[in-house]
Amino acid sequence: MFISIYSPAPVVWHLQMAQTERRDAPGLPDFFQLKRLARDQLIFLLEELPGKKDLFIDADLMSPLDRIANVTILKQHEVDKLYKVELKPIVSGSDQLCFLIRPRIKTVKWISDLVNSDKTAGRFRRYKIIFTPQKFYAYVTTDEWNFYILPLDDDILSLELPEFFRDTFLEGDQRWMTTGGGALHLLQSVYGSFSKVYGIGRCAKMVYESWRELTEEGEQRTRQPEFAKVFLIDRDVDYVTPLCSQVVYEGLVDDIFRIKCGSVEFGPDVTSSDKSIKVMLTSQDQVFSEIRNEHFSNVFGFLSQKAKNLQTAYDKRRGMDIQQMKAFVADELKGLKQEHRLLSLHIGASESIMKKKTKQDFQELLKTEHSLLEGFETRESIAYIEEHINRQVSMIDSLRLLCLLSITENGLLSKDYRSLKAQYLQSYGMDHLLTFANLRQLGLLEEQQTGETLTVMESKVGKLVNDKTVGKLTDAFSSLAKKSNFRALSKRLALVPKYGEEYDLRVPRDMAYIFSGAYVPLSCKLIEQVLERDGWTGLEEVTRMLNGQEFAVTGL
Amino acid sequence: MSRAKPEDDEYWNSSKYRAFTFEDDDDEFSRLKESKRAVNSMLVDDDEDDVEDVERVSWSGEPVESISWSVKETASSIRSGSEQGFPRIDTTPSLSKQGSGYSLSSLFKAFSESSVRAYAPELRRPRSDGKDFVSDLSLDETIRRMQKGRGFSLEKFRSLQDKLLLLDKAVSAHDGNVITAVLIYLKRSLSKEILFRELMSREVALRHYIHFLKETGEQKLLMDLLKALGRTEDMALMQYKEHLNIKDEGRRKDFLKSCLSLPFSQDDAAHVQDHYTLLERQIIIEEYDKKAVTDVFKKFPRKASILNMPIITTLYYSCFYHYGELEQSFKHKENIPALGARAKLRSWSDVDSLFNTKNWLGYTKKRSPIAFHRVVDILQKNSAPVQVLQDYVNLIDDPELKLSVALKYKCHDVIINTYRDLKDRQLLVSYRDKLEQDSPEYRKIQELLSNGQVRWKN
Repeated sequence: MFISIYSPAPVVWHLQMAQTERRDAPGLPDFFQLKRLARDQLIFLLEELPGKKDLFIDADLMSPLDRIANVTILKQHEVDKLYKVELKPIVSGSDQLCFLIRPRIKTVKWISDLVNSDKTAGRFRRYKIIFTPQKFYAYVTTDEWNFYILPLDDDILSLELPEFFRDTFLEGDQRWMTTGGGALHLLQSVYGSFSKVYGIGRCAKMVYESWRELTEEGEQRTRQPEFAKVFLIDRDVDYVTPLCSQVVYEGLVDDIFRIKCGSVEFGPDVTSSDKSIKVMLTSQDQVFSEIRNEHFSNVFGFLSQKAKNLQTAYDKRRGMDIQQMKAFVADELKGLKQEHRLLSLHIGASESIMKKKTKQDFQELLKTEHSLLEGFETRESIAYIEEHINRQVSMIDSLRLLCLLSITENGLLSKDYRSLKAQYLQSYGMDHLLTFANLRQLGLLEEQQTGETLTVMESKVGKLVNDKTVGKLTDAFSSLAKKSNFRALSKRLALVPKYGEEYDLRVPRDMAYIFSGAYVPLSCKLIEQVLERDGWTGLEEVTRMLNGQEFAVTGL
Repeated sequence: MSRAKPEDDEYWNSSKYRAFTFEDDDDEFSRLKESKRAVNSMLVDDDEDDVEDVERVSWSGEPVESISWSVKETASSIRSGSEQGFPRIDTTPSLSKQGSGYSLSSLFKAFSESSVRAYAPELRRPRSDGKDFVSDLSLDETIRRMQKGRGFSLEKFRSLQDKLLLLDKAVSAHDGNVITAVLIYLKRSLSKEILFRELMSREVALRHYIHFLKETGEQKLLMDLLKALGRTEDMALMQYKEHLNIKDEGRRKDFLKSCLSLPFSQDDAAHVQDHYTLLERQIIIEEYDKKAVTDVFKKFPRKASILNMPIITTLYYSCFYHYGELEQSFKHKENIPALGARAKLRSWSDVDSLFNTKNWLGYTKKRSPIAFHRVVDILQKNSAPVQVLQDYVNLIDDPELKLSVALKYKCHDVIINTYRDLKDRQLLVSYRDKLEQDSPEYRKIQELLSNGQVRWKN
C-alpha cells in the first residue's frame, strides 16, 4: 500500500500496477470510512447554525464535497441555496450565511467586506465560516472541518489541495506541512499505526515531524496495524516523470480531458450525442478498471474483444424461452446495459484521443522526449522544440519539453535559453516572462551556470549568511531549487533501459512500459529500491545526488 | 552525448518502438472503429427500466442533484430575476450573544483590532489544560498554543531580542501558519528597517513574509523589501505583473510604458519593450478593423480581437486580413494587368510597415524582434508573392540559414547571388539544371557562367 501525498495530481497509476503484482499484500482497508467521518463532522458543524441558511462553497471544494455529502444531505440539514464563492457582491436573501472555504486571505477579506457592507446597509445576518482542511491564523472565530483526505478510489487517497505545489515549492511557504501531518495522523487513528516510515525530501521531513508530534500528544493506539509502511517523498525529488507524456489509457484521458477529483467530462464527440456527460473514473467502472493501466496500444484490442463479448451476451436472448428470458432480464440485463454504456464511452474516448494525438504529431513528440531522456542527439531535440514553439502547437507541451531539456541537461546553454525564451514569448505571449521567472525559481527551466560545482556554490552562500551587512542575496540562496543530477542518477539506477530483444508492451517486464519501454520512473524506482532494502543502505550515492534529507523510522 | 548509433529511421523502427505508433492508418485503429460501429448498433430491449441505471444528467452534463448542478440552478434562477436584488432590512435583532457565540462584532472588529487575541472553539476536545490565562506563557508554550489553535497573546514579547527569539522558535516549529502569525505581529511592532534587516539572514521567515505580502496585495511594502534585498529583477517582474490586473487596453499600454524604466535584465527589458510597442500597434489595428466591412472581413469574420495576442499571431492576422483586403479592392480595377506585380507589391506595404515604420518597433527594416526566417515562413503560408519573400530572405543574417530558406522557397535570385558570391561554379551548374530552360533565372545563370571576369573556385 503506497501513499504518495505529494503529487498534486491524485493519480498514481504506476504504483497501482506494482501493487497488484504482490500477492502477499494484505487486502485494502476500507477508505470509505474516511468519507463517513468527514461527512459526520460537517453535519455537526452545519447544525451549529440551526435554521435555514445559504451555503457558499469555494470552487475547488465543490467536487470533493459532492463525494462526501451531496445536495440531499445538505438540504436535510437546512441548507437552502448553494452558491459558489466568487469574490463579488452576493445576491442572497437569507438571514444566515455559511461559508465553506479554503484558508485564503483573499476569501476572508471578501467575507469581511460583505459583512461590513451588510452592516452599512443595516442588514442583520448571522455568519459562520468553516475552513477546510484547517483554519489558518485568522483574526476571527471560525471553525475548521478537518476534511483531510478524500478517497478517490479503492486505493487512491488525495488531499485535494491544488495550491499545495505552488505554495510549498515556488513560494517556500510551510503552511501545509501540518496538513500533511494531520492527514497521516487521521489515517493512523482510523486504521492503526504504521510499522515503518521512509522518506526523502525537505517537506517529507517536516510532515513527518509534525505527524510525530501529533502522535506523541494523542492517545496511544494499540490496534493491529493495517498499514505496513509509509513512504513520504517530495515532488521535487523527481520532476522528470511528470514532464514525460503519458501513454497508458488513464494518463491519456487525463491529458486530453482532464480528470478532476476522480471524475472527467466527456463532450459530444465522445458520447456521440449532443450532450456532454460527467463520469466517475474509478474501479467501479469495470471497463475502465481493466484498461486504465494498459499501454494505449493494448486498449483497442481489449475494447474490441469486449465489444464482441457483449454482442455474444446480448445474442444469447435469441434462443431463450419465457422463463429464461425473465431470468435474463432480472439478473443479467442491467449489468450488460451498464457495460454497454461504459464500453461506448471508452471507445469514444479512445477515438478522440487517437484523433487529437495524431493531429499534434504525438509520435514525434515522444521521440524527442525519449532522446532527451537518453541524452542522445540533443541538438536535434532542440530543433524540434523550436519548431514546436514556432508552430504554436501547445503552450503547455512546449513548456514541458523545455523543462525536460533543462533538467536532463542540467540547464540550457545560455544562447539556447535566450533564443528559445524569445521564441516562446513571441508564439505564446509576452506575459510568459513571468512564467519563465517562476520556472527558473523552481529549477525547472534554467541556464547552465558556467563552471560552478556544488561546493563552490555552497561556500559562496555560506559566506553571505555570515555577512549580515551584505544586502544582496544571490539567486542560489533565495531559490529552493536543487541541482539536478538526472544523468548520473539515470546511470546509477538504470532508468533508461537497453533491451536486446523486443520489448513486449502487452506483457511488460518492468515499469518502463509506461513510457513505451524508454524510461523507468525515478520516484518509483527509488521507492522500489528502498522497500527491497528496507532502508537506505547501499543507496548513499543516490541520496547524495538527490540532495539528501532521507530518513527511515521503525514503529511510530 | 555522442554515441555510435545506427541511422535514425532504423533506430526508431527497431523492435523497441514498433509496438505502437500514433498513426491513423494503424490496423488496430480500424478495428476500434469497427467495434464502435458494432457497439452503437447493438439493439437493446425496452428501455423502461433504464432510468435508475443511467446516471441522470442535466443538459449541462452535470449529474442531477450534484453540488455543481445545484449551484448552477441557483445562479440561473437569479439571472431570471426570481431572486430579490435588494437586501431586506430586517428589524429583528438576530445578532445575539447566545447560540454559537460567533458574533458579528467579533468578526469584523478583528481586522481593525490592535491587540492580538484569538480564541478558538474547542471542537470535541475533552480536557482543558488549565492554562487559560495567557500572559504567563513562556516562549515554548506560546508557540505550542499557536500550533494547536488555542488562545495566545504575543504582546508580552516586547524587546527586540524577545521578538527575534519568538520568530526563530516559530521557524523551528516548521508550521507555516505560525511563522506567518508571528511575522504579522512583528510587522506591526517593529520598524520596517529593523524587520527587513533581521529577515535578511532568516531565509525561511523571509520567504513566508514575501508570500504573505503577495497575498495581502501590499505591493508597495513588497517592492521596498525586494529593493532592500537587492533583488532588483524580482522587483521589476513584480511590478510588471500588475499589468495583468488592468483590463482597459489603453491604460494597460500606458502602464507597460511606465515599466520600461524598471531594472529588468537586459533580455527582459527588450521583451517588455516589444510588449509595449506590440500592444500600441494592436490598439491601432483593432480600432480600424472593428469597423471594417470589406469582403475579407465578411467572408472570414474575426473570432476575437487582436488585442493582447502574441506577436506571431498578430503577424498571421495582418497577413491574412490586410493582404486580402487590398487584393479585393484591386480586383475591381480594369488596369490590373498593367499594375500586375507592382500592385501586388504595394499591397504588401501594409505588412511591410509592421517591420519598417519607426513608430511600431523603432526598428528600421534591418532589425526585427522576430527572426526573419520565421517571418518568411509566415508570409509564405499566407501566399505572399516570391518577390516579397525574397526581400525578407535577403535580410537573414546567417548565410547558411539564408541559403537553406532560399532553397526551401525557391527564391532563385538569392540562391544565384549566393552561389556567385561563393564563386562556386558547380553549385550554380547543378542548380541551373533544375530550372526551366527558357526561364529568366536560367538565363541569368548562363550569363554568369559565361562571364570571363569571374574567377570560379571549381
